[in-house]
Amino acid sequence: MKIISHRKIFFVVSALLVAASIVAMIVWGFPTGTDFTGGSILEVSYVNQDRPDISEMDTKLSELSLGSFSLRPSGSSGLVLRTREISDTEKAKILGVFSQDGTLQVNEERFNAVGPIVGNSLKSKSYKAIIVVLVMILLFITFAFRKVSKPVSSWKYGFAAIVALAHDVIIPTGAYILLSRFTSAEIDLLFVTALLAILGFSVHDTIVVFDRVRENLQHNRETNSKETFEETVGRGLMETMTRSINTSLTVILSLVVLYFLGSEATRNFVFVLVVGIIAGVYSSIFLASPLLVVLAGKRK
Amino acid sequence: MSKYRILSIVLIVVFGLAVYFNYSSQTPGSWSSRFAFKYGLDLVGGTELIYKADVSAIDPSDVSSAMDTLQDVIERRVNIFGVSEPLVQVERAGLVSGNAEERLIVELPGYKDIEEAKKALGKTPLLEFRLEKDGTRSVLSDPDLAQNASVDELFTPTELTGRYLKRARLEFENTGQSVIALEFNSDGSKIFAGITKGNIGKILAIFLDGEIIEAPVIQDEIVSGSAVITGITDAVQAKEIVRQLNYGALPLPIELVSTQTVGATLGEKALNAGVSAGIWGFVLIAIFLIVWYRLPGLIALVALVMYVAFSLTVFKLVFVTLTAAGIAGFILSIGMAVDANILIFERMKEELRRGRDLATAIKEGFHRAWLSIRDSNISSIITAVVLFWLGTSAVKGFALTLGIGVIVSMFTAITVSRTFLFALSIKENRVVKFLFSSGFHTITNDKQSITKN
Repeated sequence: MKIISHRKIFFVVSALLVAASIVAMIVWGFPTGTDFTGGSILEVSYVNQDRPDISEMDTKLSELSLGSFSLRPSGSSGLVLRTREISDTEKAKILGVFSQDGTLQVNEERFNAVGPIVGNSLKSKSYKAIIVVLVMILLFITFAFRKVSKPVSSWKYGFAAIVALAHDVIIPTGAYILLSRFTSAEIDLLFVTALLAILGFSVHDTIVVFDRVRENLQHNRETNSKETFEETVGRGLMETMTRSINTSLTVILSLVVLYFLGSEATRNFVFVLVVGIIAGVYSSIFLASPLLVVLAGKRK
Repeated sequence: MSKYRILSIVLIVVFGLAVYFNYSSQTPGSWSSRFAFKYGLDLVGGTELIYKADVSAIDPSDVSSAMDTLQDVIERRVNIFGVSEPLVQVERAGLVSGNAEERLIVELPGYKDIEEAKKALGKTPLLEFRLEKDGTRSVLSDPDLAQNASVDELFTPTELTGRYLKRARLEFENTGQSVIALEFNSDGSKIFAGITKGNIGKILAIFLDGEIIEAPVIQDEIVSGSAVITGITDAVQAKEIVRQLNYGALPLPIELVSTQTVGATLGEKALNAGVSAGIWGFVLIAIFLIVWYRLPGLIALVALVMYVAFSLTVFKLVFVTLTAAGIAGFILSIGMAVDANILIFERMKEELRRGRDLATAIKEGFHRAWLSIRDSNISSIITAVVLFWLGTSAVKGFALTLGIGVIVSMFTAITVSRTFLFALSIKENRVVKFLFSSGFHTITNDKQSITKN
């Protein structure tokens, strides 16, 4: 089985991507959005005309003492402003800047004001949700593989799945941070949702492979086959490969369509999902199973 | 095999009903139109306000009923807006919701004036009836003293408040002067009778928002449970007070913690985009299935069409609010729904390659793939449940559509496709072999291929 015997190459590729993502997190930090920090988002569009020069408006806005804010283009003729929580009079002044004191017709598309309490409670809730999902999935895998304790104890399946999971979550996070350097993408609740969906999908993929290994092990025991554990895992991997690729392909097909045709509101969300699912199919083939072999090997 | 034929007819009938239901519930005025899709604010535009309720002053055991009352009152106020489908929701504090505080969420689809909404919802008219204290009249008779005295020094609160009010009406007397007629509910009437009975000759002052409006003297016991405020001469002001009294006083102080408005055009764009993405995603998957998996692929496609119809029906029946994220969740679940079928077909092909006959291969394919399908879907369901718990409305929508989608797909991918495959009761020949193969190959029955693997 070439994938298993050449596992070092795949481990290095994964390690490099994960390392790059972690470096991105440390160097650039998390572009946390108003969902979590509290603050206001104001999105406007210009009716029947192009967006005026952004840098000019930027200067005018800085005269309003809004603290640090970000003004970015949105769509073909829109603007997104992110600031601290603003009062109604401040909002009116900002709209005045956008409309150049009423000379341009401006449509208010979206206005969110999130209080810091809500933001903070959502942040702690997100952490809790991620931890709860991880713990429950680990428990579930340990439970599902409880009868397969030979030749590898059941928690090792869980451990390998969790390593794959971390891989599948860290890489899209890194990619998203990179994306946020160039676009208005920021870490919001939808981002966390996407990560959690990836968690589910990644385990889904890994479990299918492990399931096959479990079945093959049982079959070997019944037939007294002399196949080594490495060979059994390799065979399970081969047998499920087409399925892994085809399934991910259908999911990615629907996501790519969603990315290009879907709502702008979910575009960044879909981006994270696509990266995560590609990472997920990679890790279930090239990372989780070879890792299982490594984990087993140390005991022998 | 006739069992599967009957079952497949049943499935087709149920599918027909589901399609009819989906269609008719979207037609305005039909019997099932109350099951029409509910769209989230991000799709239709509108305003969302989230309030934090201050429950520090009340007993923990009363919090639940106080929040219910709060919800009622806000619902009544929301109805003034004439918004078609307003949503007022209480999100309790605690482990289940993960919130540290009691919250009230108000969604006003199609309504954009956030300032007006804030004003109308947040206003707390407080109606009170207070009795005079000893020595009040001597203070009141001296304007200097009266000016410096506080309300609490002069009047003692009674049990009677706006809580017991059944209705307030604006009436005009023969003189043309407007009066506010108050009608208490049965509890209120009893309290009112008790107060009036024991305090004849005393002043029972009426306060609105802490301001004295009128200070009538109790003439007699009033058992009818009605009272009249004559102290407000301005008809416009009187009308405003009647409105506020009717829409009720809030049982709890509330504080606005978050607001959101979405323009209708942005929402409409998001909805259209979601629908067209859904259709194109479906078409691409359909092409893939037929090109790659041939006959079983076609059956998987039939299962997938049923999956879509059944899922949409469930969404309607459990009143899922569709949001942009919810549509994304559903489209994602279409991709995932195919997974179970792919698992089964790959397994079937393997069994064929091992030299089994077609019927056994089909049977084994379903049987052996089941464990993988079950285990892998459980992990997706765990995620959906946690997401639902985490959720604001956008995330809840995603979690619900994904969760329902995964559960429905387990049924359609397994039951539906198995039933149809068996119902076809195909005889084995070369054409069938081709139809059951996939990708670029036609399966040959040589046992060599397994040993190579």
